[in-house]
Amino acid sequence: MKKRALSVLLAAAMVSTMLTGCSGGSSDSSSASTDASATDGNVVKIGVYEPASGDNGAGGKQETLGIQYANHVTPTVEIGGTEYTVQLDIVDNESSNDKGPSAAATLVSDKVSVVLGSYGSGVSIAASDVFKEAGIPAIGVTCTNPQVTEGNTHYFRICFLDPFQGTVHANFASEKFGAKKAYVLTKLGDDYSTGLGYYFTQAFEALGGEVVAETFQEGNSDFTSYITTAKKSGAEVVFAPSSTEAAALIIEQAAAQGLEVPILSTDTWDSNVILNAAKGKNLDIYVTTFYQEGANPEFDAGIKDWINSDSTAKANNGGDDTVSGLTVMGYDAYYTALEALKAAGSTDPAAVNEALWNVDYTGVTGHITFNETGDANRDTAYIKQANTETGAWEFVAEQSVSK
Amino acid sequence: MKKQTKIIWNVGLILGLLLVLFILEQVFPSGSMLFTVLKKGAIYALVAVSMNLLNGFTGLFSLGQAGFMLLGAYTYGILTIPVESRASVYQYFDGGIVQFAIPVPLALIAGGIVAAIFAYLIGLPVLRLKSDYLAIATLGFAEIIRAVFQWDKLGPLTNGSNLLRNFPAFKSVLYPFIVAGICIAIIVMLINSTYGRAFKAIRDDEIAAEAMGINLAHHKRLAFVISSFFAGISGGLLAMYQTTIQASMFKSAMTYEILLIVVIGGIGSVTGSCISSFLFIACSEWWLRFLDNDNLYIGSFHVPLLRAGFRKVVFAVIIMCVVLFYRKGIMGEKEFSIEGIANFFRRKFKKEKVTEGGASK
Amino acid sequence: MEWINQNLPYLMAGISVGGQYALIAIGYTMVYGILRLINFAHGDIFMVAGLIMVYAMTVMPIYVAIPLMIILTVLLGFLVERVAYKPLRSAPRMSIMISAIGVSYLLQNLALYVTGGLSQQYPPIPWLSDTITVFGATTKRVTVITPVLTIILVLALVALIKYTKIGMAMRAASRDFETSQLMGIKINSVISMTFIIGSFLAAIGSMLFFTNYTGVTPTAGAMPGLKAFVAAVFGGIGSIPGAVIGAFIIGICENIIKGLGWTTFSDAFTFALLIVVLIAKPTGLFGEKVIDKV
Repeated sequence: MKKRALSVLLAAAMVSTMLTGCSGGSSDSSSASTDASATDGNVVKIGVYEPASGDNGAGGKQETLGIQYANHVTPTVEIGGTEYTVQLDIVDNESSNDKGPSAAATLVSDKVSVVLGSYGSGVSIAASDVFKEAGIPAIGVTCTNPQVTEGNTHYFRICFLDPFQGTVHANFASEKFGAKKAYVLTKLGDDYSTGLGYYFTQAFEALGGEVVAETFQEGNSDFTSYITTAKKSGAEVVFAPSSTEAAALIIEQAAAQGLEVPILSTDTWDSNVILNAAKGKNLDIYVTTFYQEGANPEFDAGIKDWINSDSTAKANNGGDDTVSGLTVMGYDAYYTALEALKAAGSTDPAAVNEALWNVDYTGVTGHITFNETGDANRDTAYIKQANTETGAWEFVAEQSVSK
Repeated sequence: MKKQTKIIWNVGLILGLLLVLFILEQVFPSGSMLFTVLKKGAIYALVAVSMNLLNGFTGLFSLGQAGFMLLGAYTYGILTIPVESRASVYQYFDGGIVQFAIPVPLALIAGGIVAAIFAYLIGLPVLRLKSDYLAIATLGFAEIIRAVFQWDKLGPLTNGSNLLRNFPAFKSVLYPFIVAGICIAIIVMLINSTYGRAFKAIRDDEIAAEAMGINLAHHKRLAFVISSFFAGISGGLLAMYQTTIQASMFKSAMTYEILLIVVIGGIGSVTGSCISSFLFIACSEWWLRFLDNDNLYIGSFHVPLLRAGFRKVVFAVIIMCVVLFYRKGIMGEKEFSIEGIANFFRRKFKKEKVTEGGASK
Repeated sequence: MEWINQNLPYLMAGISVGGQYALIAIGYTMVYGILRLINFAHGDIFMVAGLIMVYAMTVMPIYVAIPLMIILTVLLGFLVERVAYKPLRSAPRMSIMISAIGVSYLLQNLALYVTGGLSQQYPPIPWLSDTITVFGATTKRVTVITPVLTIILVLALVALIKYTKIGMAMRAASRDFETSQLMGIKINSVISMTFIIGSFLAAIGSMLFFTNYTGVTPTAGAMPGLKAFVAAVFGGIGSIPGAVIGAFIIGICENIIKGLGWTTFSDAFTFALLIVVLIAKPTGLFGEKVIDKV
């Protein structure tokens, strides 16, 4: 009887030796981004850990686009007196907390010096430990949940945080619309969405408002009942932080049922997916974001040219050349990483990590420095409204919160 | 071979394996994909074997594995998060209601026990159902468990639908191998005991088994509870591997994956499940990743079609081929053993001498 | 009146979604009736139908796109059966089911590859997508059309099964697979016909479903597929009226649960209902009692 037990373990032994046999040959094949142009030996790898599929695929692609554009503009960096070619190593974390860590492990085994990403806080938190263990610093681009950087020294971010963003919305709802009652719709199992819902509720209730909160399951496409409840509850604003995928469905249903109150949402909605969905519909949609198109005309023109010249880039941007705040953040994140590499004077992840604390860089979206938790010192958000006739964003206000 | 020589052989091989793993860890950098695959493969091997115990050996077609893994993972997570990090993990629920942490091995076992208790309760009504009805009912229970764990009223315990994190994870690749190895060994011993024979009798013919004096309800429940116990432990291990867990990870797609592993390995073969889980994980996570890269050159030839997602298409096609052309899976109902290998070569050798043709069985 | 105005949308959404589930559920229940196979790929065929429509509408006018979408979907259903299920007819049942899971996996991944992982916006269909007002509740016209269309299609199907030769062959095959072969029924064409009808209804269902809920993603078929399957089991698998009634009950209950504010449990409730029914009546509401031969 024992022999069977043993033979099982033995089988495992054989398999693992098989794997070892293969590992010599295939460990290199996983470092897939074989850049044909990198002729000189000096290459520094920057990992891009972003979703390209799943719920957050659209947003992830736009963010990656900014990083790629920045790489296109500045393909080399001088580190410690030598010129290095920057090579982007892009992996897809599939917007999923269980697939994310293995995508992150791919980056680690490719020996990247620093990681950018991800769009979506949940995946960032999920991969955080993988990077931590490998000693690789990560720069979050638009992951706004506080838990991403809290309690660790390797995760940084250049965006504002959810408590801030939630408060901005709560203030905006009560100041601009005089709302006393809000309907909050969040997605179960999405740390970004639930987090924002929580902070909005806190801030809104502190202002004397009342909140009706509901959640939807992953994979839900039927928002009829949610919109019906929102209408029935008599809420004066709807706050729906969610992925763009759900957003398009929410907008469609809201329009079909003739929702009259304004819909507020957060940085994820700053996407032309939303603009396209809302076009020609009678809805009031407001979002907070990092950048308003037109604030830096030179940059706008450059990136639009690039997007229009590259069909893949255009498809990834949703088929037109509207510049999303996410793309601009990706652009800034790339330069932040370059600054850190320069300051570190080495491609060693540990040195880059040290250097990141002192990075001081003025990007397109504003001045970037990190505080003691690794969060960017940012205190302003732009609020813009979707113009449903022209299908473009219109600037509404610049909002900051005094703590 | 004599029994004793065989034991010596096997013990030697296991020690050899552990040694190889140990050396590997010293040689390769810890970030290598090899270890990712080995760790996850060991965990999936355990859950695949536990599912095989139910589907392959007892003939109970259950699709609830993801739900039991969820129970194990959550029990492990909830019981081991260090007290000082609870405030930050349970940030929306004032630090949660559990304010202690227990050692890792105890928490793993607790995970198994919780899964087993739920399995017992679920089994009471559900195990009376037959074949596909049982499958859909267990699948349904897994979905219900997932919804309950996401309920924000249970937030102080489960952290609602948010991530649980900061619990201890394993550093060495040996850990999941040893735990999974012990568990699989226990399952194998069970399969070879009187109980195991009763399970197989039930699989082959329920009515005949009952006529032979096997208590159907009792044995089915036993198999269900034991299988769930080990699924719970593997859930705990999975939590350690992933370092974060969330109820929404444990979807029915996960159960389907495990079922695929079991079938590809061979229904009713423990070693088959182990081998196929390593192959499955290696293919899906590692070996095919180069297909996702859109500027892959062979010489100066730009390989067409490659872009994000192509890896998965290829993987799915491979799976379909295996399912269609190797219906019995890699191992069929056979087991892998030194003796088998030795016999295989001996026979092959002889056959080549005597005559060509005729597949060796 | 005020109360009705506020709560009518839940009921309407429930009936409409129920009708869409019903169209998918028929595919499950007919295949199961004959092959005893849970066709896990059916939900994904439904999703692919949606994608075909998205791509077709970008290059051709709607009156070509809709027939083309239906034909391609039917062809897909037919091919899936021929390639993935037919070679396994003599294999153990578990193998065919795994093959079905494999097909589902393949279709989802193909869709992921083709779409690049992004949600595709379903094109509005004139007339169906228009907004109308029913008793003070605003909704799309498709919501009202769905149950009517579903019932017409189901009646046609029942007539087909009852009065035509192929229908008789289907009934014979589902009663006793082997004997019907001995009686000279060409079993392969019967099975193909089953898949063709199932895919046809799924194609119609997909048009109605995605007109209402306009995002097509690679996994968009999974949940509706699972729910439709639950509906089929609920009503007694193998029974067409059972599947339709089951689908309507599930659609309506789901929306009432959401209306009551228990949104976390809307999916779980469906399964709970199923388990209760199975325990009380193990073959579903309208299922025939199966007698095991020893």
